[in-house]
Amino acid sequence: MKNDYFYIPQIEKRNAKAKRFHILVSSAIITTMAFLFFFLFTIIKEGIPAFKQSYIQVDIEITQELVENPYAINATLDKDIAKFISRSWTRSLPSQIEKNPDWIGKTVSLSALTNADVDQYLKGNNHKLSQDQQQKLDKMYEDGIIEFKFNKIFFTTGDSKIPENAGFFSAMVGSVLTMLVTMLIAVPIGLMTAIYLEEFAPDNKFTQFIEININNLAAIPSILFGLLGLAIFINFFGVPRSTPFVGGLTLALMSLPIIIVSAKAALKTVPESIRQAGIGLGLTKWQITRDHVFPLALPGMLTGSIIALAQALGETAPLIIVGMIAFVPDASTSIFNAATVMPAQIYTWSGMPEGMYIEKTSAAIMLLLGVLLSLNAIAIYLRKKFQPKW
Amino acid sequence: MTAQSIFLLFLGGLVPLMFIAYIIGKNKALKMIQCGHKTHSQATQYGWFSALYTGLPVILVMVAGVLASLFGVDAIPKPMLIVVALVVGVVALLVIQKSITKDTKARDNIESLIKGVLLFATFISVLTTFGILFSIVFEAFHFFQRESFWHFITGTQWDPDTAFLEGASRDASMAAAAKFGAVPIFAGTFYITFIAMLVAVPLGVLGAIFMSEYASSKIRNTIKPLLEILAGIPTVVYGFFAAITVAPILVNLFAKFGLSASYESALGAGIVMGIMIVPIIASLSDDVISSVPQKTKNGALALGMTKAETIKFVTLPSAMPGIIASVLLGVSRALGETMIVVMAASLRPNLTWNPLEDMTTVTVKIVEALTGDQEFNSSLTLSAFALGLILFVVTLVINIISVQTIRSFHKKYKISTL
Repeated sequence: MKNDYFYIPQIEKRNAKAKRFHILVSSAIITTMAFLFFFLFTIIKEGIPAFKQSYIQVDIEITQELVENPYAINATLDKDIAKFISRSWTRSLPSQIEKNPDWIGKTVSLSALTNADVDQYLKGNNHKLSQDQQQKLDKMYEDGIIEFKFNKIFFTTGDSKIPENAGFFSAMVGSVLTMLVTMLIAVPIGLMTAIYLEEFAPDNKFTQFIEININNLAAIPSILFGLLGLAIFINFFGVPRSTPFVGGLTLALMSLPIIIVSAKAALKTVPESIRQAGIGLGLTKWQITRDHVFPLALPGMLTGSIIALAQALGETAPLIIVGMIAFVPDASTSIFNAATVMPAQIYTWSGMPEGMYIEKTSAAIMLLLGVLLSLNAIAIYLRKKFQPKW
Repeated sequence: MTAQSIFLLFLGGLVPLMFIAYIIGKNKALKMIQCGHKTHSQATQYGWFSALYTGLPVILVMVAGVLASLFGVDAIPKPMLIVVALVVGVVALLVIQKSITKDTKARDNIESLIKGVLLFATFISVLTTFGILFSIVFEAFHFFQRESFWHFITGTQWDPDTAFLEGASRDASMAAAAKFGAVPIFAGTFYITFIAMLVAVPLGVLGAIFMSEYASSKIRNTIKPLLEILAGIPTVVYGFFAAITVAPILVNLFAKFGLSASYESALGAGIVMGIMIVPIIASLSDDVISSVPQKTKNGALALGMTKAETIKFVTLPSAMPGIIASVLLGVSRALGETMIVVMAASLRPNLTWNPLEDMTTVTVKIVEALTGDQEFNSSLTLSAFALGLILFVVTLVINIISVQTIRSFHKKYKISTL
């Protein structure tokens, strides 16, 4: 081979090296993907059980006395069963009786919420039950006295110190309120700024300064926006702490630069010829922008805004600083009441010692990721469907 | 009266007023046109002109009134404010009606008003930067009036317990003086960032090479959205994952080698943070590597280089400034990352080289100082702003360097994005 005219020195060695490099770069991407799937798998595996909750069938003789002191049922029930029932369910008994006044004086068969230990034992997780109780539970489960139902509590109640009674609803409401504030402030101001900078601003030092400023703002750590919110909104303007209003304001400032940058990019894609045609017809700058450039850039602007809002929806750090990790058992109805948001609720639950919070946190993460992914999917769909092609 | 009803009342007055102004302005212009005058603008533009310039003073008076009451000028009763604002509006309406003639430049006036509104919106975004800067610098300045700046950046002991007691208005005369030496905190921050970069740079850059040079368009179209999912996962979720899943795995793993790792080790937080940064580095580097001209690569291939050699000796050196810039952006993300370290790293400032021990970071200390029941003016609260100032300056410098590098790279290859 040495005499071959086309002989390339050490070609086998070099080819092997090239192959190794190919394997190396592929393995980098495979590792990343493996992590993603491992992550999704763990979260889903931990979170799925939280969507069902065990209930125990109990026969209770309803008396007027129970309305005043619901804990009296502990004396009438079997000792072990009484220990299996959740305190929060017992506490809610009077209101149940009020709704069904004809129960009084009868023995009713009710489906009672079990406490966290029972639920965790039946799901095979850590628990604090004795050997005796475990056997009893196994038997009751076989007999169908204890059964799993869809966990409605998770979707209808707020936070609670009793793990089996803790729900995600008030956090969801809080997130919606906060996002409303953020959207109403950040989107109009962001789009207006982008329109000014792209369409109206003269190309001078001042405009350049603003643009550099906005680009840098987009990369500032989010926690610093929390410091801003605390020092200026809460401490200086006296906006009430922990409210969706102050949280929304803070997040609005955080997502402003992202919205501006993406909206500017969308405006840039509109061809110059359209603007020149408008000028040729004697339109003013505003008429061109309003009737031609803006509608054409709108899909791109909306996509950018949705993505920025999705990012704000998952943001936690600045909200912790402005106090949105409040303990909120009931969903708030106004943007001036204390509230919590989905990621902040995840953060609070993840610090809880009881095992049941782990599965509730995972389930909450599944919900949050679901919302974020669908928002992003909507954004991409909008862009694909409505973006004009030049 | 609640803010909501005031707002509704205000709108209830403003909207009809502007509507009336529109009708009057338009009719006046129509009349002029019917009389055979050649007006400067179209009739509807006169309508808009009179409506907008009627509304503007109303809104200005309202905003001025609200601001005045915010700053403690004797609280003006809200109903009176609304009435005053609307009266001003009516006066403005009358003045404008008088002033409309065929030479009134309604179109130009609309234009300049809208331009003014847009410019105002732009100022808000600029104000944000200065708001951040001033609020942080101001409070940090307060802090450095009490504690020495020199000790802050060189001291190795962070022990603000007495400040905590004072902040909680309890007697602290018995305890030792608070110490605010932030070196262990900075060290922990940079160490965790370093670990994160050890994970993120190889995975991100090699992944970018794979995507831009090796992947078929089909594989690329599947991997890109997956990377976007990874980039879109909220950091609180990463933090939960680091604390609940990764930390126990690491502890068990190192226990097999006879090493004891903390459940809040720098390694666990660093690895997960690295994974979080992979998509940032990968997608930016991918853009940069893809923008190296095909001609250059073809030239190398024609000289008999293998594909790997072309990438190593031609593509990567050309793309290097851009890759470095993307890594720098990743570093600034890692330095400012909060939730992962709050949940997976510890609260204890710890000056050590051992990645298996627990460490703390600037962001953790900021969160810790600001989530307690502290008075705003306590040294502990203010220390958070001092730490925030350092964080702000460092990330800002890194960002400016990296954006400039990317920009000059793009200029070199004449790409007009960014």
